[in-house]
Amino acid sequence: MTLFKGRKARATIAGVVTLSLLLAACGGDDDDDASSGKGGKKEFEFFSWWTGGGDSEGKEALLKLYADENPDIKVVDSAVAGGAGTNAQAELANRLLADNPPDSYQRHAGKELAADIEADEVEPLDSLYDDEGWKDVFPESLLDLITVDGKLYSVPVNIHRSNVLWYNPAVLEEAGIAAPPKTWDEFLSQAKTLEAKGKTALTIGPLWTQEHLLENVLLGELGADTYSGLWDGSTDWESADVIAALDKYTEILKHSNIDSAAADWQPAIDPIIEGDAAYNVMGDWADTYFRVEKKLKWETDYNATTAPGTAGMFNFLSDTFTLPKGAKHRDAAMTWLKLAGSKEGQDAFNPVKGSIPARTDGDASLYTGYLKTPFEDWTNPQTTIVGSLAHGVVADNAWKTEIDSALQEFVEGGNSKDFAAAVTSAFEDTQS
Amino acid sequence: MHRLRRWAPGLLLVSPSLILLGIFVYGFLGWNLRVSLSDWRGLRPDYAYAGTGNYRKLPDDTRFTDDVQNVLVFTVVFVVGTLVVGFLLATLIERRVRFEGFFRGVFLFPMAISFIATAIVWRWLLSNAQGNQETGLNKLFGQLHLGFLANSWFKSKTMWAPAAIALPAGWALSGYVMALFLAGLRGVPDDLREAARVDGANEPRVFWHVVRPMLLPVLMSAVVILAHISLKTFDLMFAMDVESRKIETPALYMWFTTFDGLNFSRGAAIATLLVLGISVVTVPYITYSVRSERKR
Repeated sequence: MTLFKGRKARATIAGVVTLSLLLAACGGDDDDDASSGKGGKKEFEFFSWWTGGGDSEGKEALLKLYADENPDIKVVDSAVAGGAGTNAQAELANRLLADNPPDSYQRHAGKELAADIEADEVEPLDSLYDDEGWKDVFPESLLDLITVDGKLYSVPVNIHRSNVLWYNPAVLEEAGIAAPPKTWDEFLSQAKTLEAKGKTALTIGPLWTQEHLLENVLLGELGADTYSGLWDGSTDWESADVIAALDKYTEILKHSNIDSAAADWQPAIDPIIEGDAAYNVMGDWADTYFRVEKKLKWETDYNATTAPGTAGMFNFLSDTFTLPKGAKHRDAAMTWLKLAGSKEGQDAFNPVKGSIPARTDGDASLYTGYLKTPFEDWTNPQTTIVGSLAHGVVADNAWKTEIDSALQEFVEGGNSKDFAAAVTSAFEDTQS
Repeated sequence: MHRLRRWAPGLLLVSPSLILLGIFVYGFLGWNLRVSLSDWRGLRPDYAYAGTGNYRKLPDDTRFTDDVQNVLVFTVVFVVGTLVVGFLLATLIERRVRFEGFFRGVFLFPMAISFIATAIVWRWLLSNAQGNQETGLNKLFGQLHLGFLANSWFKSKTMWAPAAIALPAGWALSGYVMALFLAGLRGVPDDLREAARVDGANEPRVFWHVVRPMLLPVLMSAVVILAHISLKTFDLMFAMDVESRKIETPALYMWFTTFDGLNFSRGAAIATLLVLGISVVTVPYITYSVRSERKR
């Protein structure tokens, strides 16, 4: 250490170390813009939570189509895994707050986008709808549910059905049950028969699956109009009919495995596959689980019908894509949205993902097996379309999170009046 | 000028960490406090002062009060259980067992596994499904004719459901506590023990009067480390049973209300209370250790 002798030298070293550490801490983020291709190859950043079985294959099919049609654009696929999109939504909230949006991001159709619209994060897409003639090919009731203050802000790429009752035909046969229940009362009487045979009548999973069941019990018991009124304030949650439906829900849960509820929806379905349980209410992504992951045969190994009391109704949810304000590659995003809403794009994506097109002019021959029924129902103008609570259509995130809290308590304690009161006061608190 | 020369280099050397700490710890703590006193809901930041409403509403929020009870049950069972198990393991290994290194490794390894993976293994072990769906510990108990031990674990209807989560947490960290105690035990000089024995003390008295006082600093650090881990635990409950009121803690509620419900001000209020809760444990410890440093 002869080189650095004395106090002065030590002070210099300290200064240099300090400066370089500070520089290292402050530097970093600014090479982002340079590489984003002003001049070079264009980029398109696509943000979704499609990482699981069926989802990622469908996404690949759609992104491949996009890449083939736009060879000059490099697709950046930013997917965040897990929890029906809740992790992705946290990540997305951070990016929107930091004014660093992806070029297009996924949201569930409907109220889930409300906060983004209110915060002025997304551009209205009405002119795109007009240019592409989409207002004629998407069902009117779907457009109504995703219109906010007269404007459309997202493009739905698929449709899933929430009101589906899945069952194992062999279990019903063993218990001497001819057909799945048409009403929840019929379910309750079947439940006793099933339990006498040592079978669980209904399986259930974590809170969001309990909410998924709740929305379909409410729909089946109250009918489409009253159900839809729950979300815009025109149906009183504390009215006798709704309370009765909520009590029916508690009764139904008593015939489920709620006390040992599975940690996710797939393990909730497993007892049905294994022949220990009869029914499960789950969205129609379950078809991919039965058919692809468990290699079972539709109608013989597993079967499905509309949830009790919901025949002729379509409780939908949908994945949509947006155009964020300040998207770095707006043109590429517009090209993407055009593809996502096109017949070609939807028919490439949906058969692989295990959903049906949001458009009513899809190619029917592509939707076979389970998907045949929802495809026919969706394109049938007689079908009543309502939106899902658990999957973001009818309640915005602020209200839905309060409903989640109240539901945790309702499922534990079974007090329907407290639940209805909590949901009502949360509605007043968050929707005003 | 001369005095400046004396302390300036030192100050310069610590200043990067002072500045980073200032911004990323204290700056953000202050920012969080400010958000908690606003009414920021939704994706548009709103820092306008709105009073202490977020704090005043929390005691009436049953989700919050249930969560607080859960985290207290979890903390007590987890800290006490892990200390006891860790200490027992340390005394066993301290007797110079054969293959000591091997056992130390075995007991320490669970700490290397992420809490998510731990939770996924243990939620299967602690499943309370019945009949053909029975798995894990309950099934094992059944096969060993110990069926009376079977229980609902983290799905228990009693207030003890979070105690079941202390099992995987304790499993993960008791090896670490063992290592702490082992270091403490090995730090007790043999001649001190010898001297006590010469004076006629039997082994329990040697332990009580010689070893125990010297283990006190180790115990203190272990308690602080475990208690703050326990207050912050998030991933374990998230992966065991997401949004189950039986085992949810305020840290999880904070996350859900902030990022799902976009209620940033309420989330910030819960975060502030968590910081206060953690400082109840850490501040006395820091004062204690600063004082004992000075004494030396």
